[in-house]
Amino acid sequence: MSQHPTTYVPKSAFGKWFESRLPIAGLIHSSFIAFPVPRNLNYFWTFGAILVFMLVSQIVTGVFLAMYYTPNASLAFQSVEHIMRDVNYGWLIRYLHANGASMFFVAVYIHIFRGLYYGSYKAPREILWILGVIIYGLMMATAFMGYVLPWGQMSFWGATVITNILAAIPVVGDTIQSLLWGGYSVGNPTLNRFFSIHYLLPFMIFGVVLLHIWALHVPGQNNPTGVPIKSGKDAVPFTPYATIKDIFATVVFMILFAWFVFYIPNYLGHADNYVPANPSVTPAHIVPEWYFLPFYAILRAIPDKLGGVIAMFAAIAVLAFLPWLDTSKVRSTNYRPLYKQFFWILVADTLLLGWLGAKPPEGWYVIVSQIATAYYFIHFLIILPLLGFIERPLPLPNSIIDSVMGVKGGAGLPTGANAEPHSKG
Amino acid sequence: MLESQVAETTSTVVEPTRRDFLFIATGAAAAVGAATVVWPFIQSMTPDAATVAAGAPVEVDLSPIAEGQIVKVFWRGKLIFIRNRTPAEIKAAEDVNVASLRDPQPDSARVKPGHAQWLIVYGNCTHLGCVPLGHQGAYEGWFCPCHGSVFDTSGRVRGGPAPINLPIPPYTFTSDTKIVIGQEATA
Repeated sequence: MSQHPTTYVPKSAFGKWFESRLPIAGLIHSSFIAFPVPRNLNYFWTFGAILVFMLVSQIVTGVFLAMYYTPNASLAFQSVEHIMRDVNYGWLIRYLHANGASMFFVAVYIHIFRGLYYGSYKAPREILWILGVIIYGLMMATAFMGYVLPWGQMSFWGATVITNILAAIPVVGDTIQSLLWGGYSVGNPTLNRFFSIHYLLPFMIFGVVLLHIWALHVPGQNNPTGVPIKSGKDAVPFTPYATIKDIFATVVFMILFAWFVFYIPNYLGHADNYVPANPSVTPAHIVPEWYFLPFYAILRAIPDKLGGVIAMFAAIAVLAFLPWLDTSKVRSTNYRPLYKQFFWILVADTLLLGWLGAKPPEGWYVIVSQIATAYYFIHFLIILPLLGFIERPLPLPNSIIDSVMGVKGGAGLPTGANAEPHSKG
Repeated sequence: MLESQVAETTSTVVEPTRRDFLFIATGAAAAVGAATVVWPFIQSMTPDAATVAAGAPVEVDLSPIAEGQIVKVFWRGKLIFIRNRTPAEIKAAEDVNVASLRDPQPDSARVKPGHAQWLIVYGNCTHLGCVPLGHQGAYEGWFCPCHGSVFDTSGRVRGGPAPINLPIPPYTFTSDTKIVIGQEATA
């Protein structure tokens, strides 16, 4: 696991007996108590903990919803209304779960953009990054199937549109579609198997998250300078510093979460999903949930059916190749003045794509979507590889402690425990 | 600050620090927060509004029930026998040495005054819950085929492994031919 010898010694006789048989206390100690954390991390590094909290929250609220929900096409919509109206605090558990999904994606997008800005995907964290892309893909599958379960108009037609997309895949497309549908169209068999898989996937996400944290703990965290830990002065022990910071950030995040749940619980949703599914009438304006909008815009930008599908999946898949597409030797964008501008243009581009995804595919929206889609791929496939060669980065600080001291203007050594590094980053 | 530092060096008692207060206060707030979060989830598992509404008392019209007939109704999901007893069944129920019963209860305690003809009991054997068969067993009351419990025409256990008599649900007569199950006599 970690490469340093464990410093943990159990205090009690029972502790010693247990530890010699299953060294889990030592593992927790070395991973989350003594673990050296760069002392210059900002709050963007708290989103990993926030994401773990959101995963647990979704699983707990989801397990309780499953006690009251009926996954049958003729009963599902009614069972959700039963939860909202009859089940004690059912409305709260439902709103926590629905808004929790949105909060999960808010956190994951901030977490991803943190990685993009600070070069957290670069060697030796390539596998860590790819595991993250896998988690993101599983999250999207889970969220998509979860949205089908209330069996409203958007549930049904979203399911129809996305499963029709899969039919565009040559050779195997029709078979995959038929296996997903369980019939000749989206119907009760589809709903039942989506419920089963929706219950399953979060536990798979949990497993990949464990791998993700394990992969992180080999090199340790990146930091805003991109310069790895070189000595004990650069780091602080995880507990109490990162623990309390993560808890604090999670509480602030919960306030945002609570704002949605208690004041505007339907703001991020779509009114059409309060209309029971009707296979003979498609709503005038089908949109997926907000977190899918950029990819929806990319899908619609390509006029060819298969081309749109390929572009949509490629937009996600390109992320996995980031460690190799970015040729710069410098990790952190703080020291890459040219890339910094392109980074913010990418942020603007993805926000634009998101906004366009909610618009009807008419008029000037179409050409702008195509330009924004093209730019997205140009950023990853052309700009990023070229910049590594062209750009002249700013000089890096010698170490983390140096960068921290420099900011403070030489005002004495910062207090707080130091933590010896356990491996080179 | 200076005062407390002086106090710490001269006093023999260790004064609680600001940090101690913050730890305890934060811990208490977290505990209250955790309880506040857990409470709605536990409450959600209690019977919901629809179930409570469906558990309201039910009215039963006794006039179509013939003498000697046993009718089955449900209230709150539980089976209830309504037995229109013949005079012979009533006499057999009353002529019993109460002290010799496994669960001593006189027949008069199991029916409403003036309505001895009507025996209303829960319809699950008090052993392990099977539905016993009417007009069977040595006393022509009920016989449970699962493990052989025998009940008399007052629903009292007379043999077999059942420990207690068939329980009486709450009910009241609103007229000579109508009862409301789930409601004790009020006004």
